Amino acid sequence: MSYQQTDKPTEQGSFASSAVATVAEDRIHQPLWRVRLSLMWKSLKGSWVIFAESPIGLIGLGIIIFFALFALAHPILMKTVWPRAIYDPVIGFDATLPSHPAAPSIRHILGTDAIGRDVLSQLMSSTSSEFALGLLAAIVTVTLGTTIGAVSAYFGKAVDVIFMRLADLVIMTPTISLLIVLGALIELNLIQLGIVLGILSGFGGVTVIIKSQALTIMVKPYIEAARIAGGNDFHIIFTHIVPNLLPLSFLYMMFTVTGAIFSEGVLSVFGLLNIRMSWGLIIYTTQSSGYLLDFKRWWLIFPAGLAITLLCSAFYLVGRALDEVVNPRLRRR
Amino acid sequence: MTRYLGGRLFQMLITFLLFQTLVFFLLHAQPGDITQQMLGDPDIPPEAREILRKQLGLDKPLPVQYLTYIGNFWQGNLGVSWSEYPKPVTSIILERMPRTLVLFFSANVVAFTVGFLLGRVLAWRRGSLIEYPVTVASVILYTVFTPWFALVLIWVFAFKLKLFPIGKFITVRLWRGGPFGANEVFGRMITLTAVLLVAVFLLFFLTRKLSVLDRRRIQIPGFLILLVVYLGYWALSPMGKYALDIAWHMILPIATITLVAFGGTMLLTRNSMLETLREDYILTARAKGLPEKVVRDKHAARNALLPVVTSLIYTLAFSIDGGVITETYYSWPGMGLTLLSAATSNDIPLAIGALTFTGVMALVAHMLADVVYAFLDPRIRY
Repeated sequence: MSYQQTDKPTEQGSFASSAVATVAEDRIHQPLWRVRLSLMWKSLKGSWVIFAESPIGLIGLGIIIFFALFALAHPILMKTVWPRAIYDPVIGFDATLPSHPAAPSIRHILGTDAIGRDVLSQLMSSTSSEFALGLLAAIVTVTLGTTIGAVSAYFGKAVDVIFMRLADLVIMTPTISLLIVLGALIELNLIQLGIVLGILSGFGGVTVIIKSQALTIMVKPYIEAARIAGGNDFHIIFTHIVPNLLPLSFLYMMFTVTGAIFSEGVLSVFGLLNIRMSWGLIIYTTQSSGYLLDFKRWWLIFPAGLAITLLCSAFYLVGRALDEVVNPRLRRR
Repeated sequence: MTRYLGGRLFQMLITFLLFQTLVFFLLHAQPGDITQQMLGDPDIPPEAREILRKQLGLDKPLPVQYLTYIGNFWQGNLGVSWSEYPKPVTSIILERMPRTLVLFFSANVVAFTVGFLLGRVLAWRRGSLIEYPVTVASVILYTVFTPWFALVLIWVFAFKLKLFPIGKFITVRLWRGGPFGANEVFGRMITLTAVLLVAVFLLFFLTRKLSVLDRRRIQIPGFLILLVVYLGYWALSPMGKYALDIAWHMILPIATITLVAFGGTMLLTRNSMLETLREDYILTARAKGLPEKVVRDKHAARNALLPVVTSLIYTLAFSIDGGVITETYYSWPGMGLTLLSAATSNDIPLAIGALTFTGVMALVAHMLADVVYAFLDPRIRY
């Protein structure tokens, strides 16, 4: 942003050539971090243009923003118009209605569940924890995946063999089945689940893909140059290889978020998680109170299932649009 | 090829041993030990627990326990189920595995074929009006929350339209007092369908080198004859109506897995086709004046198939996993339902056994996809 603002008046100036020289002079005297920042901003802008070309990514982004606002609105509504005793997602109860589950009305836009809690409030309050879970799993995955990918591409040989065989093992592991058994042995909470999911996908497919990308970076001349300049292994991996892997890692963050939200939903639908409220838990409550196949009471299942589907798809759509940014071979000719 | 297969088998064995190790340590990750699950009652004196620990070999050092566990597994001893006492875990799993395999196999074959055919058209028509709605729809199908999706399908097709039954494996009223057991009929169905598939495959494989006209002349009537023989057998056999009942119960679960699985294949085929379409040989083929259909199907799609098969290796495990959800919601008594009900009723031996065998299925599927890949890609010759 910064250098653009200094750029603009000079372009409009009459002494174009001398102005360009001053700009160049300016740029040399700029501190390094500002140059880096401006370059980053520039590439970000370029990426945004490619990203915005496809409506797919924009649809995904729109849905994500909608859910983010949805999550933000909950505490505000609770503070202002919704009395806590009635609308609390976990312990609320509306005593004014004759029976529960009650059909949607102005008072409860999506009705109430079998024990008299407002469904909309439950939906809204769970949104932020879904985001938190997705983010946690994605960060763990990307940290592990990028580090392992870069390290095994850099060192090769035994390190590579060990991590790639491990990745094979994790890829073939049926994650949901494993988590179901794990959930039966230990009741996981949200943070533990996020970490487990992150580790599972971080050691698995993501690592393999990032490693193959790291291999193409390894043959670039600047790696050779860094080595000749006396950079040690740690320096080369973390300042030359890893930054070039980050766009791809970011892409896989999106896919990990999809997987994490999905897995959380499945586990809480089966009642295997130790959490207070989530979209999957809404369906579990419906099931355990016997309304699962009662399709006339659609508000007990439909909104929660739709919310999980939409948020999962949104992150996946953004991931696909980013794929076109990261992978130029997919772009339209 | 034999050497390659041998190598892959050896690798598979190592991977499986690692997986077993993982499962073993998972078992040890639980707080306390298994005796607490069995004797949770505080009134039971600690001496009784000690005796049980000794009986189960839990007083021995961990490496010994580990070796015993592996040894027992390879002798086919997975312990005794707690919830279906005193049935051994192995026999429960052997009874349920075919049901899951059939569901999984048919759904994946259909999903892969349909996904590939549609994905190729989608890439070919890039930029047309149909592209975005189809892409968004398939992404939604791919990431749909499966439990919810299964419920919606049950609601529409079983509840509203009454086309299919609401879950379960058989209609009990029909089978009561009948001459056959469900497993017997199901076994016959699997065998005969496998024979049919092999026959069809051989028919197409043996005639592939003939000219187009000759090929058509043999393949189409041949296929019809095989189909008529197959259906005729069921129509005449006394098992026919029972087999039809099982097939009727299978349709909705298969449709669910197929719909969820096909989106991924389709999206990947599209991407892979888009990359292939940039290759020089596509330009050459067009410049030669070949018909569009030939360029699309023979030059582009054939090469675009390879990455799709690679990804199949990754999605197979995912799809076996999805089986847990589908089977639960359709009350289909396969491995997934067994795993879940064992896990929720704290039947640890059965849950661990089911998990191990789910792993085995994923591993075998992985291996098959690998072999198909080596078979498809002429550049890979082991």
